[in-house]
Amino acid sequence: MINKNGDGGADAGQPAVRAHDLRVRRGGREVLRGLDFAVPAGSVTGLLGPSGCGKTTLMRAVVGAQKGVTGTLEVLGRPAGSAALRPRLGYVTQAPSVYADLTVRQNLEYFAAVLGLARSTRAAEVERVLDEVDLAARATALTRNLSGGQRSRVSLAAALLGAPELLVLDEPTVGLDPVLRNALWGLFHRLADERGTTLLISSHVMDEADRCERLVLMREGRVLAEDSPPALRARSGVATVEEAFLALVAADADNEKDNAGADNDNAADDTRHREA
Amino acid sequence: MTVSLARTLATTRRVLGQLRHDPRTIALLLLVPVLLLVLLRYVFDANPDSFDFIGSSLLGIFPMITMFLVTSIATLRERTSGTMERLLVMPMGKADLIVGYALAFSLFAIAQTAIATGVALWLLGLDVAGSPWLLLLVALLNALLGIALGLFVSAFAASEFQAVQFLPALIFPQLLLCGLFAPRDTMQPVLEYVSDVLPMSYSVDGMNEVLHSADITGDYVRDALVVSGAAVLVLALGAATLRRRTE
Repeated sequence: MINKNGDGGADAGQPAVRAHDLRVRRGGREVLRGLDFAVPAGSVTGLLGPSGCGKTTLMRAVVGAQKGVTGTLEVLGRPAGSAALRPRLGYVTQAPSVYADLTVRQNLEYFAAVLGLARSTRAAEVERVLDEVDLAARATALTRNLSGGQRSRVSLAAALLGAPELLVLDEPTVGLDPVLRNALWGLFHRLADERGTTLLISSHVMDEADRCERLVLMREGRVLAEDSPPALRARSGVATVEEAFLALVAADADNEKDNAGADNDNAADDTRHREA
Repeated sequence: MTVSLARTLATTRRVLGQLRHDPRTIALLLLVPVLLLVLLRYVFDANPDSFDFIGSSLLGIFPMITMFLVTSIATLRERTSGTMERLLVMPMGKADLIVGYALAFSLFAIAQTAIATGVALWLLGLDVAGSPWLLLLVALLNALLGIALGLFVSAFAASEFQAVQFLPALIFPQLLLCGLFAPRDTMQPVLEYVSDVLPMSYSVDGMNEVLHSADITGDYVRDALVVSGAAVLVLALGAATLRRRTE
């Protein structure tokens, strides 16, 4: 299952995340229904789709927090959820997962300790991520007293500790003002360009799609399409990714109507054969 | 399960740091038991023997109740706020988390019991034959048991409302059967057997040994061991409820 082309990981051409026939059952319902996709190493890949289409479940599967996963899911060359992956991943949940009754710095110092960063490098590392999310001025503030946007940046900062190879960010820009959103997307691209970090970022805001190098479009637990934003627009002959997505959804809904049962899967396969 | 000392102590420091930003909780934790003992002292104004018996028993029961509440709410918050999920996808051992919590709250239990015991013995005239350290030890073991129970039930509570309701469900029956209201051997036989397997019974028995005997008795050692064993067992059950992969 692990076939490495080289030792380098990121430069070896091996994808950072590779899924084949990935399925997740939750409470008797199949939430992810046979996904095939790949996230190229060092890329900023957007995971787009309407609320409830399975984005969060997919991200939780990638970081190893999701129960009931079947099929193949390789992360950085290892099965998702392997203990060895834990120090190499950064994960930001949709709701900020930080301690409201600690200061910003105390939060980050704790997570740095949990990561196992050497005591001597911890303080500098905390300052670095504070700068990256532009919260250095609020370092001593109680997290509970911050605004919602600031709190989600504390959560992001915690994921940046230790310079992880793969960052999985669940709607990191939701509820942020346009200036801040712009700054964060700048940061995401810097991380990919300068550090070779792979970023998998979910969003249901289509205007963020053009910020990504690659897109995985999801609908109702399946991958509708997987490509670069220009290629997706060209494929449907439309001007925006949003229109491309709507066209794909309409085609998908038609397919569902036309081919009931098993044919349904074949139709979906046609639209996601590209990376296979 | 491997324990990393650095991660465990970081967790202890973090939990204490959270409490430090919550002075009201600290004040309630430390003062309420003392005030209740003062109340009790004057409830039994004409009956100092009853105060000795119930007061010493309560010294063990307070830490179990308060630590149960504090731990169940704290862990429930970790589970619902997503911090637990974050920690468990990080290189965090489950044992680091549990031991870290247990250490932090045990420190509180020691402070709470030391103050309550000191006030009871030297200001309220609680009269015990044995060493106060023995009272303290049973109280600490009870605190550990409370922590373990709190951790365990937080897995079955979806909200703070539910978590708090586990207090009457799990602790009150023990309170009724532990021998505080009626001697255990005078209860209906089925209840007597039930009380034989409830850890609070042993806590009260242990406190009673200290009350009546100047030396460390074999019964005291047995009682302390039973309470510790129950704490370790429930802690292990609690650890089993921490899952890296969840629905």
